[in-house]
Amino acid sequence: MGVRSVVPFGPQHPVLPEPVHLDLVLEDEKVVDAIPSIGFIHRGLEKLVDKKDFQEMVYVAERICGICSFGHGFGYCDAVEHIMNIETSERTQYLRTILFELSRMHSHILWLGLLADAFGFESLFMDSWRVREKILDMLECATGGRVIFSILKVGGLRRDIPNDMLKSFLKTLEDVEKDLEVIIRTFLNDYAVKSRLCGVGVLSSEEVEELGCCGPFLRASGVRRDSRKLGYAAYDDIDFEIITHTDGDTYARTYVRAMEILQSAKIIRQAIEMLPDGPIEMPVKGFPDGEYMTRIEQPRGEACYYIKANGKKFLQRMRVRTPTFANIPALTRTLRGCELADVPILILAIDPCISCTER
Amino acid sequence: MQISKSPWLLHYDASSCNGCDIEVLASTTPRFDVERFGIINTGNPKHADILVVTGGVNNQTRMVLKQLYSQMPDPKVVVAAGICACDGGIFKECYNISGGIDTVIPVDVYVPGCAVRPEALIDGIVKAIAILDEKRSKQLIMKQKTG
Repeated sequence: MGVRSVVPFGPQHPVLPEPVHLDLVLEDEKVVDAIPSIGFIHRGLEKLVDKKDFQEMVYVAERICGICSFGHGFGYCDAVEHIMNIETSERTQYLRTILFELSRMHSHILWLGLLADAFGFESLFMDSWRVREKILDMLECATGGRVIFSILKVGGLRRDIPNDMLKSFLKTLEDVEKDLEVIIRTFLNDYAVKSRLCGVGVLSSEEVEELGCCGPFLRASGVRRDSRKLGYAAYDDIDFEIITHTDGDTYARTYVRAMEILQSAKIIRQAIEMLPDGPIEMPVKGFPDGEYMTRIEQPRGEACYYIKANGKKFLQRMRVRTPTFANIPALTRTLRGCELADVPILILAIDPCISCTER
Repeated sequence: MQISKSPWLLHYDASSCNGCDIEVLASTTPRFDVERFGIINTGNPKHADILVVTGGVNNQTRMVLKQLYSQMPDPKVVVAAGICACDGGIFKECYNISGGIDTVIPVDVYVPGCAVRPEALIDGIVKAIAILDEKRSKQLIMKQKTG
């Protein structure tokens, strides 16, 4: 038996864009236990329902997280619209789908870059983020914001996206796909990259089910589950595949996310083709009364939004269950028994979004 | 000796929503590329000259922020990136947020925005570099005086 020591990891660490603290119990170079402690980004955002009315809360919901900002706003609006029986127009639903998929693309490319940074492939990190800027350009063009868009509101969208602008996105998407081909080839075929990813943090399909994982992390272990197939927004009319892989290691997770970027491009293309004309907002009358729970597929996995209202201007309760929260048990499981050098990669494998989790 | 030729940057997320964090990172990547000015995003407070903080301060990050600041060598400057770091922003009314980072450490440059745009951030950092030079020359004068 080797010498036991405890290494503190975080809250400030070069590979972590966000603060999370782990106590790593080491035996020589092997991690025998990892004890996470969280709460560095807890703001108490859900309690803001007492101070902001249900329409202002859209702003707050969008700021749960800056990466999956659109998804959070969407989930909130969807739940409130269900409570108030507002039927959003077809056009709104298609535009929301397009924006959602664009933010999924930017989130996944961002993750690919951070992963490259974690295993020390700096130029691949830079290259991924260079491509990501093209997607941010599209989002900025359509909404006016680069990362936080503030285009959503209860009942629809704040502004319309003109059809010819969407047509021009098709051309940009082609460019992005060309660039992505090179990057994804490096991620999936490069010898050095593969040697860092293959066989690291393997979880079987039974294990991920048992740990209650979600999102690309779940699908990388061979479980075919994607909340988009529930058919919210315009996903019902759109044809897309659920990407899965059977290996359950970090390479499989990279594969699933990389292929999902291409799927998202496919979804956007279909949505732009099928986009109907019509109004972009519906009138909102009165105040919400009742409760509802929405499930949506965020870039990181399934997120749930629970809203409870009692017919007043202010909601009674807003509760968000985020994908990272569901994946943290899996993180501690994969960390047990790994090499110290693999810790950054394993942390990134769940695509942690701490600000979502702690709110 | 001019420190401004290659100031190194330390980024810490006090309790931000990630929006500003990814913009801080984006400003080091090819589109904005602050590395051409010799600015490197380092993870080590002991190598850093500029501390870029995003997000308001809560009880748990207060001590971390103080420690990071005290570990940085003098002269140092602090840039508050984003409206949350400036005064708490939309989360000002949250029960766990005590306000901007100036409630914990002295701030030299405030860059507002939600999320802060990389252009604004770079502008703020350029202003911070001028302050850094000023602090450095003051430090040298003090040294000469005291011998």
